[in-house]
Amino acid sequence: MHPILSQFRRLALYLIAWIPLAALLAYILATSGGATWRDAAALAVPLCLVYAFVCLSAWYSCRVTPLEESSFSKLLGTHFAGALVASGLWLLVARILASELSETQSFRGLDRRLIPQLPLIFGTGVLLYLLSVAFYYVLLAVEASREAEARVLQASMLAREAELKALKAQVNPHFLFNSLNSISALTSSDPAKAREMCILLGDFLRRTLGLGEKSSIPLEEEMSLIRAFLSVEKIRFGSRIQMEENIDPEALAAQVPPLLLQPLVENAVVHGIANLVEGGRIRLDAHCTDGNLSIIVENTFDPDAPPRRTGGVGLANVRQRLQARCGNRASFNATTDNDMFRVALSLPVENTAERSPERKERVS
Amino acid sequence: MSFQAGQKIRVIVVDDEDLSRQILREFLSAHSEIEIVTECANGFEIVKAAAELKPDLIFLDIQMPKLDGFEVVELLGQDVAVIFVTAYDSYAIRAFEVHAIDYLLKPVSSVRFEAALERAKERLAGKLPATPLPPMELAAAARPPSRYLDRIPVREGTSVFIIPIAKLDYAEAQDDYVALFSAGKTHLKQQTLASLEASLDPSRFLRIHRSYIVNLERVAKVEPYGKDTYVAVLSTGAQLPVSRAGHSRLREFLGR
Repeated sequence: MHPILSQFRRLALYLIAWIPLAALLAYILATSGGATWRDAAALAVPLCLVYAFVCLSAWYSCRVTPLEESSFSKLLGTHFAGALVASGLWLLVARILASELSETQSFRGLDRRLIPQLPLIFGTGVLLYLLSVAFYYVLLAVEASREAEARVLQASMLAREAELKALKAQVNPHFLFNSLNSISALTSSDPAKAREMCILLGDFLRRTLGLGEKSSIPLEEEMSLIRAFLSVEKIRFGSRIQMEENIDPEALAAQVPPLLLQPLVENAVVHGIANLVEGGRIRLDAHCTDGNLSIIVENTFDPDAPPRRTGGVGLANVRQRLQARCGNRASFNATTDNDMFRVALSLPVENTAERSPERKERVS
Repeated sequence: MSFQAGQKIRVIVVDDEDLSRQILREFLSAHSEIEIVTECANGFEIVKAAAELKPDLIFLDIQMPKLDGFEVVELLGQDVAVIFVTAYDSYAIRAFEVHAIDYLLKPVSSVRFEAALERAKERLAGKLPATPLPPMELAAAARPPSRYLDRIPVREGTSVFIIPIAKLDYAEAQDDYVALFSAGKTHLKQQTLASLEASLDPSRFLRIHRSYIVNLERVAKVEPYGKDTYVAVLSTGAQLPVSRAGHSRLREFLGR
């Protein structure tokens, strides 16, 4: 589609841009001898109107000879040939117009007066054509860069969507392996406890699987998921885990993205408690103020713990999800203070009634 | 080391989770030739226990408080056979690079456990060759590529010191050891200077002499000493010899 012909507004702007060019042509014709000002104006205006449309054709030759892919000689050949043809055509129109005008009383003899000006008109025609070639190349470049930008944006959107989908379905497999190992140990020493752990683990897994369908859940549901997770971990770590909750009753109903806090608590266990010989404490605070839900998850940790050789993406994922969902209205800060690691986040409170459950494509 | 018939194999089980130790204990209890001399729940405990009890075989968790499994192997050297037990399969290659006898994944199956124990017995009986590489080279191999040390564990007798890399002033080669100078103290570690150099971030540490690696942040000035030789004066007051090659490297870094 021609970028100028496709929209009426653009065509109007384009023709307006030719007005100064017509004035310039009139000025050149009038000052270079022969023609009078009246002659010049009578010729320049219709000539430029015609040539404005002739120059629109330069778009097509620019399209078929892209700047980066064409050789220099091809570019030069194509556009000079185009310029000569266009300008020759223009010259013909000028001569016809002049001879037609000569028929009238007021422009008698214009065709003769125009003869010495013809090379000038031809030269101007060539230059104007080449100018429009340059203009179209700029236009093409701008368009190409816009398209590239849009592609990059779309690619990053797709990547984020895929990531979110993966995150929702994610249960840390090492949590499973360690839990199964504990169950395996308990089967001989304490079968009742082994059974209890199987049930707790099943409960936790079922809850996380169900969450993939939802775009948000009440904080209360996330908390019961966290409790299910910790009750499994407590069998593994025994008295080393202590959990403290301090949750505003109002906050319990607030909607949050599913599995937003569980990774933070898991992080607190894996990077905090697991490195402490005597164990440690996790504390979760949540309260609502001015339409915002503020949550703090903090845990004790060993600043001299061995550097972890794997992992460390849990926090980054939570931060990304918050940002993808709420943008600047959400905040996420992770800080350390002596032996205390703290994640403070806040997000706008969502009303339960407003959100319909996210539609999910079915694969099977 | 080789074993005579009738001699018990001394084993230590190391894991910070009680239930993980319990299942290994249960598997081991079926073998009368095995004696569990103790159990440990973190990295410091096992280094101390290994020095005191001289075990033949250690079942070692990787992610533990204080020191991780690889740091423990680095400190214990090759006098003891190690079987790693972990939930993470991503360490397997590194585990075999430090010549672990086997690598058991949690949940631990009894079949895999018996196979690992069999391999350990063969190794202890001298049927399998001991590891050809010295332990420090193994520890260097265990490090993920493109990551430098951020701390150096050092064993002295039964205790362990951790030197954070930023606190290391310089290191000096002393026969089979390197002397690590940090915060006014000197720690000896059985390692070559070259392998230490390889594990340090080259933008922070520089080999200035055949026998010296210096923390660039500590270098206060460099003065000529004799013909073609120089001396580096550290902010701690220490003076280190600088070789000609070391001097040109140092000049490159200090931008002079």
